[in-house]
Amino acid sequence: MNILKAILDAFANPIFYSLTLSAATPLLFASLGGLFSEKTGVTNIALEGIMLLGAFSGILGTALFGSPWIGIILAMISGAAAAALHAWASINFQANQIVSATAIILLAQGLTGFLLEPVFGKPGSTEIYDKIPKIELKFLGKGSFLYNMIGSLSPFVYLALILVVVSWFIIYKTKLGLRIIAVGENPEAADTLGVSVYGIRWFGVLMSGLLASLGGAYLSVGELGQFTENMTNGKGFIALAAMILGNWTPKGALFACLLFGAADAMNEQLQSNPSLAIPSSAKPLFNLIPFVITLIVVAGFVGKTRSPAADGVPYEKKG
Amino acid sequence: MNKKQWMRVAIPIISIIISLLIASIIIIWIGEGSFTDRIDFLVEAYTQLIKGAFGNKTAVMNTIIKMTPLILTGLAVGFGFRAGVFNIGAEGQMAMGALTATIFAVNAASLPSFIAIPLTMIVGMLAGAVWAGIAGFLKATTGAHEVISTIMLNWIAYNITNWAVTGPFNAGGGIPKSPEIASSAKLPNLLTSQASFMSFGILIAITAAVVMYIILYKTSMGYEVKAVGFNPFAAEYGGINVSKNIIVTMAISGALAGLAGTLEATGLYYRFYGTLSSGKGFDGISIALIGQNNPFGILAASLLIGALRTGSNQMQFAGVPKHIVMIIQSIIIFLVAAERMVMTIMGWNKKKGAK
Repeated sequence: MNILKAILDAFANPIFYSLTLSAATPLLFASLGGLFSEKTGVTNIALEGIMLLGAFSGILGTALFGSPWIGIILAMISGAAAAALHAWASINFQANQIVSATAIILLAQGLTGFLLEPVFGKPGSTEIYDKIPKIELKFLGKGSFLYNMIGSLSPFVYLALILVVVSWFIIYKTKLGLRIIAVGENPEAADTLGVSVYGIRWFGVLMSGLLASLGGAYLSVGELGQFTENMTNGKGFIALAAMILGNWTPKGALFACLLFGAADAMNEQLQSNPSLAIPSSAKPLFNLIPFVITLIVVAGFVGKTRSPAADGVPYEKKG
Repeated sequence: MNKKQWMRVAIPIISIIISLLIASIIIIWIGEGSFTDRIDFLVEAYTQLIKGAFGNKTAVMNTIIKMTPLILTGLAVGFGFRAGVFNIGAEGQMAMGALTATIFAVNAASLPSFIAIPLTMIVGMLAGAVWAGIAGFLKATTGAHEVISTIMLNWIAYNITNWAVTGPFNAGGGIPKSPEIASSAKLPNLLTSQASFMSFGILIAITAAVVMYIILYKTSMGYEVKAVGFNPFAAEYGGINVSKNIIVTMAISGALAGLAGTLEATGLYYRFYGTLSSGKGFDGISIALIGQNNPFGILAASLLIGALRTGSNQMQFAGVPKHIVMIIQSIIIFLVAAERMVMTIMGWNKKKGAK
């Protein structure tokens, strides 16, 4: 009964909702990124590695130039560079997309771990630097329920939500979007009609790099102000699952990321609830809940969702 | 060797050379002082790397100890690749295998060694097989992609094993670790040198490679596995049960990874630390690719990665973070995956006919 009460307590607590939003934000960036790539027919499981690079470069830029905003720009550049490697191998050289992405994850882990010591002076983690300031909605009244819920959020949260709408608009309402869908569904036909299959796929993969690195930058310069080794902790893969659960649509990705964010927030609330008195040794059992949910979701829903027809299939230009 | 076979050997070797060249540039870049100072630094780093891996008897033993689980995770991933399934979950299967085998081995004091040792191995392999089998079952029945499900299973295994060694299966002393296993379940040593020892686990790993070679090339089961990997639709049409094949392949793959974890627990640590696998499952992916999914290629690739990992600890004393090995590995995988890139670099492209 205690646990039921603790769950209800969490729902009644405004902090739960702000935690949900902030946990969903990095996932949402990466999910939208993965969406752009897969809509054009290139799978990108390297989101995890690109996020990690973004998180690292965000702090690197902040440390070098004294501004977390420059950190974000550096994050996006490094994310695009990593994505370009994936695009180059899997589009121009028809490499196995999963293997190429695995290499990029390993490269990101190696590079960020390698550079920590020479650049920041110690292995494991960096110092704490300036963060992107939160947007304070003072008119909601400090301390009110609504203020605690949405009154003090990172600008990243708003940006992620805006990008859902922007992505939907690009994919479903523009000529570019029409081409993206055509290339992802039937590259031969698109090619025959004069659409550059390689060009569109490059665009999709680069978008995934830009967006996923923003998700990583949020973790470092948006939330923590610090980079720690392997700080993405599987979030890139959960984002990938959210994209599948959302049936490869921006709106679907939004709801799926909110679901995973809520699971995370609930987990945090239950662990810190004094009435449950959870021993610290039992925390791993709570930490595995989001992964179990993801597994069930992927197994349970995959038959009911549909990926772009040419997703993961290399295309060789004719002639 | 015909030209195609020759390529299969040449591409990984060229990839290794290119990756070492890129790593050299990085090492020169982080070095200090004049250009000749930096070259000296590079030479020193590689000298330490080689010394650390092969410099004396203890170093060679350490390389072989590192190599043992890598052979098995490499075989695990390679066997999966042959059947067209991508087992990213060797990491989790290894951890679950090690945990289960340790729980069994801790309680095996009443059994004589000749029963306790093989039984512990069977238990560890079964645990790995079941863990991977979940992903195989989900793929065969619901179509859930094994890449996503094995990654999720990795994280679940990571948390379960963490919980086990900090909670119910903790030996105390403030460190997350299990109690020591019964001495009857410990693998005998093959070699000792001063304070270090090496169990005969390496012989088991090599045997596994030979067995996999026989299964793949000399049995009808191996033929079916390769047929499904080559073209599942044609295989189905030819009367092969593809669903069953996927589940069995995943289970065998997981059993190999589980055995890797078991040998670490019974031959090296004599207990289970939650973080035991530390990337060895992922290394299996690199090894399978470098070895081109061939059991003997995998043996050679394990020696390479095992030596790099062992030597990198010593290289760290020379001032090069050991993460350089991950960078080297990632470049090798990248190039092997994009083999056409290597062919273009070498100017071999024109000779190759249409795919």
